[in-house]
Amino acid sequence: MKKTTDEIDRNQGAVSFAKKRFRFSDWIAEKIIKTVAFLSIAIVILIFIFVFREAFPIFRMDVRDKATREVLVQESYGGAGSENSSVKTKDNQVANSNKVQPGIDKPSSTLLTNTWMPVSDNPRYGMWPLFFGTLKVTLIALLFAAPISILAAIYTSMFAKPRVREIIKPVIELLAGFPSVVIGFFALMVMATVFQDIFGYASRLNAFVGGIAMGLAAIPIIYTLTEDALTAVPKTYIEASLGLGASNRQTAFYVVLPAAVPGVFAAVILGVGRIFGETMIALMATGNAALTSINPFESVRTLSATIGAEMAEVVFGDTHYSVLFLIGSLLFIFTFTLNAIAEFYIKNIVIRKYQSKK
Amino acid sequence: MKRVNKDTIIESVTGLSVLVIIFIIVSILVITIIGGWPNLNLKFLTEFPKDGMTKGGIFPAIVGTALMTLIMAIAAVPFGVVTAIYLAEYANEKSIIAKTIRFAVKTLAVVPSIIFGLFGLGFFIGFVGKNLDSLFSGGVLKWGQPNILWASLTMAILTLPVVIVSVEEAIRTIPREMREASLALGATKWQTIKKVVIPGSVSGIMTGTILAVSRGAGEVAPIIFIGAAYFLSDLPHSLSDQFMSLGYHIYIMSTQSSDVDATLPIQFATTLVLLLLTFSLNGVAVVLRYRIRKNAK
Repeated sequence: MKKTTDEIDRNQGAVSFAKKRFRFSDWIAEKIIKTVAFLSIAIVILIFIFVFREAFPIFRMDVRDKATREVLVQESYGGAGSENSSVKTKDNQVANSNKVQPGIDKPSSTLLTNTWMPVSDNPRYGMWPLFFGTLKVTLIALLFAAPISILAAIYTSMFAKPRVREIIKPVIELLAGFPSVVIGFFALMVMATVFQDIFGYASRLNAFVGGIAMGLAAIPIIYTLTEDALTAVPKTYIEASLGLGASNRQTAFYVVLPAAVPGVFAAVILGVGRIFGETMIALMATGNAALTSINPFESVRTLSATIGAEMAEVVFGDTHYSVLFLIGSLLFIFTFTLNAIAEFYIKNIVIRKYQSKK
Repeated sequence: MKRVNKDTIIESVTGLSVLVIIFIIVSILVITIIGGWPNLNLKFLTEFPKDGMTKGGIFPAIVGTALMTLIMAIAAVPFGVVTAIYLAEYANEKSIIAKTIRFAVKTLAVVPSIIFGLFGLGFFIGFVGKNLDSLFSGGVLKWGQPNILWASLTMAILTLPVVIVSVEEAIRTIPREMREASLALGATKWQTIKKVVIPGSVSGIMTGTILAVSRGAGEVAPIIFIGAAYFLSDLPHSLSDQFMSLGYHIYIMSTQSSDVDATLPIQFATTLVLLLLTFSLNGVAVVLRYRIRKNAK
């Protein structure tokens, strides 16, 4: 984005050079390099296509799914228990009502219901509890991670002495190098027990433990990007404020922070993206029960953890498989959009605001 | 006087946030070391798991992780380096192509890792693998199932942005004068890249590779269903075998083991091994990067 005079010179040099002499090896090298560079675009498009392609059949699956259910019903009838037969009549009723009202029991029609029960005689793929769980954990994680990382970034860029800053920054960035399975393990073995002792709640693994642990994963992202945004505020702003007699704190909170708001916002958005898609910590520390209670100390099941936990056991190509891919598509769209917002909207504001003044 | 008080309070609150974060980092490290150190010895590193994975070592998980990251690096580094060369040397920053490539790289960097697992399952296993099977082995399942090759290639895509960013940063620190000197001596642009730019960015390429390996070794979510195995009595012999991985081993031992409490020392020791591995890799990368930046100044 930043175009230095250096690069302009280099590009122009290359152009005039190409006019002078034409070398085949140069031409072919450039073509190959260009083609390879396109690969990253191709990969993103392929991810789009293949994740959506596997999710798509869910909307056409009603016929096939009815057939498989009939087989299931017959099997359970052969098993001949009184409970099974009652299940069977219930299913028959559903099947009958299906004829009158087509589409009532399609897998796609259960998507917005309140039960996530993919493995049962009458599987229900209600994604609402998963959405709810993801949002709850994300909120908890964000309430923990965003303030603490932004305050820490303010300290690092505004108050800390240069020598201290040199130590703090790499140490906090160390957290980014922790594999998420390690943070998940720590949450499962240590944090869950400690928090249970402190708060005395019933289920050991819950949204709170998971949220704090996922917050840990988001802290280095929010911290680093916020610190960058604060440091990018022109020195003249700070000097003007200090020169007018404002204290360090006043300068930090009334001058630097407001000027860096778009950058801080971008940092938080990318942090949300990280929390939203975090799989291992969610799998290990949130309890994985698809409940919809507002109590932060109840278990939740997140979207990504559902994929991680169930994808290994599903049959290739069946309804459950497609639903998991549908969840993946939604996750992909969501993080893609967040990234696009952070990239285009916010960065443009920051650049327009400062680049002319620098 | 009042203002001074407010200032000190605010400063201490922000300073406290820093301390809290550092405290958490240190406690994760210390607890992992205390829990894992007693069990960490040569035998643990070189033995197979025994007695239904309640005893023994983690040798196959170490080998599996090493093999997977090796194949991953072989796939990711060349593509990453070439893309970085394009972005730094050929692309016009204002052109839509360069902007799109940059956006694609950023997208790859922020997409949740589990999505890469879905992609690996849908593309490599379900599409490429299945078609290879029906073409060459008449439908016998060989490539159309989870294995180390597909897991490594998926991980290569996941770590591609890491390589690209590091290498591009290193290329940009090569002084303009060196390129100009090369061009002035009559070298073509490609010769300049070959003889000046690539040798000059070797440390950047190494940094990128190390960071990618560290990331790949720690990532678990994508490989759960595209190649990682619960337990194998043998090391992988071919690219179509499954493999054990350190991170996946931690996950299954701590959540699905038959006796979680009894295997706690093994879990801590495995976590310590993984943490030491990623940390030492990151440490080397930090030193290398520091040297690149110092050279740039």
